[in-house]
Amino acid sequence: MTYLKKSPWIVHYNASSCNGCDIEILAALTPLFDVERFGIVNTGNPKHADILLVTGSINNKNIEPLKNVYGQIPEPKVVVAIGICATSGGIFRECYNILGGTDKVIPVDVYVPGCAARPESIIDGVVTALGILEQKKLRMAEKAATETTKVGGTV
Amino acid sequence: MIPETFIPVLYALIYILISPLIGGLIAGIDRKVTARMQGRVGPPVLQPFYDVGKLFEKENLVVTVSQNFYVLSYLVFMVVAGALFFSGGDMLLVIFAFTLSHIFLVLGAYASYSPYSHVGAERELLQIIAYEPMIILTAVGMYMVTQSFFVSTIVASHIPIILYLPGVFIGYLIVLTIKLRKSPFDLSTSHHAHQEIVKGVTTDFTGPNLGKIEIAHWYEYVFLLGVIWLFFAWNPLVAVAAIVIAYFLEILIDNTMARVKWQLMLRTAWIIAGTLGLVNLGVLYYLRMVVSP
Repeated sequence: MTYLKKSPWIVHYNASSCNGCDIEILAALTPLFDVERFGIVNTGNPKHADILLVTGSINNKNIEPLKNVYGQIPEPKVVVAIGICATSGGIFRECYNILGGTDKVIPVDVYVPGCAARPESIIDGVVTALGILEQKKLRMAEKAATETTKVGGTV
Repeated sequence: MIPETFIPVLYALIYILISPLIGGLIAGIDRKVTARMQGRVGPPVLQPFYDVGKLFEKENLVVTVSQNFYVLSYLVFMVVAGALFFSGGDMLLVIFAFTLSHIFLVLGAYASYSPYSHVGAERELLQIIAYEPMIILTAVGMYMVTQSFFVSTIVASHIPIILYLPGVFIGYLIVLTIKLRKSPFDLSTSHHAHQEIVKGVTTDFTGPNLGKIEIAHWYEYVFLLGVIWLFFAWNPLVAVAAIVIAYFLEILIDNTMARVKWQLMLRTAWIIAGTLGLVNLGVLYYLRMVVSP
């Protein structure tokens, strides 16, 4: 239907993760899993990305950077919370400085629990996110068809 | 059927229509071969087309509106440079249009406020400074052999230019590494997931604008490989073989070299242009003046 599903580019944000899930994400790029088979590229630039992968739980220090990265991704975009910390706060949930999972700050579309989440389940989570990405694109197209003028931002 | 005067226009039109397809395929094969060299399976060969298709489905998020103008100018002047080349135009004019298009890309990167974008723009300028002398020497060398700057005359001369300009050809291959954004000279931006300066010159371009930059890059591929063709224009089969070997060497160098600092890039490009290029032209001049006056 759309090309979005064939070329999802990823940006990865580490919010106070222990690096366990981050290493598993990078493992998905290695020759063993090679996600570039599906056109998935790890860009490192939110302005080129379609999918935001968040690892680690949210604390007061990383709310603003996370919102900033999320805001820079052009629509349509999806957020995947990787690992139990990004899903709910995990074992750090009760800590005085922890607010909880990623969904306390930005809307999350797919949750991939696990400590650490395995590369297979990360790939599965991203593939699930692709379906949501396409739905969002269709909704955007419907919205653009009904709205005649656009307000600010896009040119 | 077709009047003689319209044949250059026809060639230019064929270039404008066909080269995005060829350039995209080259980019796809490049990614596949790169993946195989790294022991991976790699994306489908048509992946660059999927990528650009997706980019045009995304929202166009701009920092300043002038970015749209600069990116469009980059694409248009790249097409103009290639169209002039393939219609048999003046090599010097082609090089001017080619340089101008890159200046527009640099201006587009400077138009935003991101420091990464600015660093990328500065490095892109350094790359232009590094490769420009060698590209000019290539045109001058072809003039010395065929007595013409016009591509149509150079092709029609049926002289095996490579035998007269081996040094210039090697020098051109080395600056081709800069132009194709391959390691060790991929300073301003890279096709790989390196994250040193985010994405350098393309950092602040999103969606359709990034798609236009990719399409301009495809046009650029075909034009640059067309210059290799000129060296072997007397025999199309040899020319195609030379292009394939040259491109494979570029991929091999890309996958076996680490990125260098800008000082080393500038020094390498200029020393190569100065020794191989100028010595080649000097020898040619000497032979013409002394051996067969």
